[in-house]
Amino acid sequence: MLNRRQMLSLTGSLAVMGTLPARLALADVPTDARFVLAIQRGAMDGLHAVPPYADPGYKALRGSLALGDTGGADSVLDLDGKFGLHPTLTELKSWYDKGELLVVHAVATPYRERSHFDGQDLLENGTTQPHAGNSGWLNRAIGLMGGGDRRLGLALGPEVPLALRGNTAVASWAPEKLPAAAPDFVNLVQAMYAKQPALQAVLRQAVDADQMAAAAVGSNAGMGALRPGNAARILAESGGRLLAQPNGPRIAVLELQGWDTHTNQNGRMAQALTQMNDALAALKAALGPIWAKTVVLTATEFGRTARPNGSNGTDHGTATALFLGGGAVEGKRVVTNWPGLDSAQLYQNRDLAPTTDFRSVAKAVLHAHLGLPQDALDRVVFPGSAGAKPLTDLVRV
Amino acid sequence: MTAALLAANRFGLGSRPGELAAIGGDPRGWLKAQLDPRNALPATIAALPGTEKRLETLPTLMGDPADAQKKLAQAILKAAREQVPEDSAARLQAAITSKTPLVERLTAFWSNHFTVSGARPVAAGLIGPYEAEAIRPHLFGRFVDLLKAATLHPAMLLYLDNATSVGPNSRAGTRRGKGLNENLARELMELHTLGVDGGYTQADVTELAKILTGWTIRRPNQPQRAIAAERGGAVFIPAIHEPGDKVLLGKTYRDQGENEADVALEDLARRPATARFIATKLARHFIADDPPPAAVTTLAETFTKTGGDLTAVYSKLVDLDAAWAGDGKYRSPYDWVVAIFRAFAADTPERARRAVQAMNQLGQRLYFAPSPAGWPDDSASWLAPESLLARVDYAEAVGRTRGESDPMQLADLSVGPSLSTESKLSIQRAPSRSDAVALLLISPEFLRR
Repeated sequence: MLNRRQMLSLTGSLAVMGTLPARLALADVPTDARFVLAIQRGAMDGLHAVPPYADPGYKALRGSLALGDTGGADSVLDLDGKFGLHPTLTELKSWYDKGELLVVHAVATPYRERSHFDGQDLLENGTTQPHAGNSGWLNRAIGLMGGGDRRLGLALGPEVPLALRGNTAVASWAPEKLPAAAPDFVNLVQAMYAKQPALQAVLRQAVDADQMAAAAVGSNAGMGALRPGNAARILAESGGRLLAQPNGPRIAVLELQGWDTHTNQNGRMAQALTQMNDALAALKAALGPIWAKTVVLTATEFGRTARPNGSNGTDHGTATALFLGGGAVEGKRVVTNWPGLDSAQLYQNRDLAPTTDFRSVAKAVLHAHLGLPQDALDRVVFPGSAGAKPLTDLVRV
Repeated sequence: MTAALLAANRFGLGSRPGELAAIGGDPRGWLKAQLDPRNALPATIAALPGTEKRLETLPTLMGDPADAQKKLAQAILKAAREQVPEDSAARLQAAITSKTPLVERLTAFWSNHFTVSGARPVAAGLIGPYEAEAIRPHLFGRFVDLLKAATLHPAMLLYLDNATSVGPNSRAGTRRGKGLNENLARELMELHTLGVDGGYTQADVTELAKILTGWTIRRPNQPQRAIAAERGGAVFIPAIHEPGDKVLLGKTYRDQGENEADVALEDLARRPATARFIATKLARHFIADDPPPAAVTTLAETFTKTGGDLTAVYSKLVDLDAAWAGDGKYRSPYDWVVAIFRAFAADTPERARRAVQAMNQLGQRLYFAPSPAGWPDDSASWLAPESLLARVDYAEAVGRTRGESDPMQLADLSVGPSLSTESKLSIQRAPSRSDAVALLLISPEFLRR
């Protein structure tokens, strides 16, 4: 299986199609920086992942979901005397201690309703309305980076998330579950699609990504099928290796699952956070020295209710926390305009109140780390977002 | 594509040997004749154990101490491991062999609309019976009855957490300090009835959650006197129902115990936003990703005029000229796999198990939709690079086992005159019969319906 389609790109398909872009031998490298967006689908509870454990209202408000601060195994990992990390986030704690992690707390997109699906759509489309277009903000950002035919964007998983969909071609990668078709057969299919530009383009992207993956990741044998428990780690590790390639992609999207904790939240959050922690550890390890040039941003559609619901869980809320990690991050800080936890300080007496716009964080990364001009960020990447000023000094420039 | 092929592919699940002859010159009549409750429950599916039988073998969820929770989780996972493969194979075998494929398509459509996903293991073992008991019997009746059956089925109550939602002022709520879980109430309005722009607020979500409290699954050793009503394996427990009036979408609901949910669901089913939402989803499924607005309007009008008579809506859909025009839809992995198995009349249970495996490999694991919104129903979501390459891989693998087939005969049967010149030449010039068969399956025409 190893490199099984590499031959294809060098032989048959050029003859068949004649229009393949030069792929691995690319001169025009727009940036050396790497960026990973980790989308937490289902709405991560920021008060659980990064508890404001020293806030006087914390214990009473959170009830059965409050974490201890006594230093025991179930205690928060202290960050700054006010906030801590959930005890499963040991890798993130080590980043923090090295200055490679910062937390932004009480953050939210402009979305103020509580539908997962609309919330995710808006998080990814980069506008202030759900379903306001068919392209994602990261795709538009990549389009501005001037990579030519080169696929700078990479979806980790079989489907391309909205954040990466749009006019700029991106690659996707997932471990194969099926024995690969023979290169000759793929050529026959490409020839059959001669008058089907859409299918042809998609198949060509797939072959490109596959070829790059074969070079970077090697054989997938032994990786096994993706399962909910290991998918994020496998995809993160492979993504790290692909991003580490000198001519590989620069920007990847990883999806993290398990956040919709309406019931039994203590157990389910521990599981989801462990999987995230392990995935991010695998990503860093796979990036090797490239970690120094990397920024990882987590993003979720919204937060959850500040108080527990009737099932030891939480329902859909508003503000949450996000992580900004990587060797290029100016870390060891919790960045927040903390709104407080009193009933009157909660949003609609229900949710953590939003005080930082998610776009202010994303724009800061795209500007300072990937070099995109401010004006384009305000108008194209996040249209109409001039009011959401980018935070400063998040990234080492 | 001929009208008979459109009937077989777009409305059905892919043409089988002999099907075009059965359709003959009256494709609309062939489809309408299928709209009959007697076709709703294939015998192989009726033979599987039902919800009540399965729940007997499961301890249940609520209020158990920690190690009981662990045992419960293990029991649920074990049940799911044993039952999901059997349920999945039965469902795909029914789809592959069906002589009334529109019925199977509608089953899958509504099962996806009212998604219960095994992604929450607690519900996985009940999805098969949920389809058999809540979806199929109401396919041809009124939407409101389908809505009630789906909402109050134990699988849905577990999947969207109503089983653990407690009225804060109910007897159980005040005694144990428990409260609402609004998961089902929100998805019920957003995904099952009104749609996200249907005009409800956070307050409405909370009020509907109160209305739904009390509907749960039977707990072990629960005394019969605690139960005020039973329905299809679900029970209504007054001690956890939120007392007092509720105000949903401007209407006050007096405390009526178990009847409150029924009345609220009837009201939701009647709202114009629901008619519009259902009409849009049906039109998107059968006509195009962006369906013609006129078609949506017509279907919504029929829905409203007939009080949500689904057979009337399907008939109107079949009568619409727009439903027989256009490029149709890119097949989802389910559609594509079932169409392949139907083309080969691969009818045995063993084949059905392979079809289950294929769907899993192609990224649409049956009964495991990623969220309560179900699987996407548009081309962009399925036409991703990795997914298409997986189909190429799978087509080649099928071709290798089907080298004895006559590819052009298979093409006549499955896509007919719509086969493009490029596809035809590719198939005719293929280096082997296996490759020729595989090329047909991955041809642009076979990828659409």
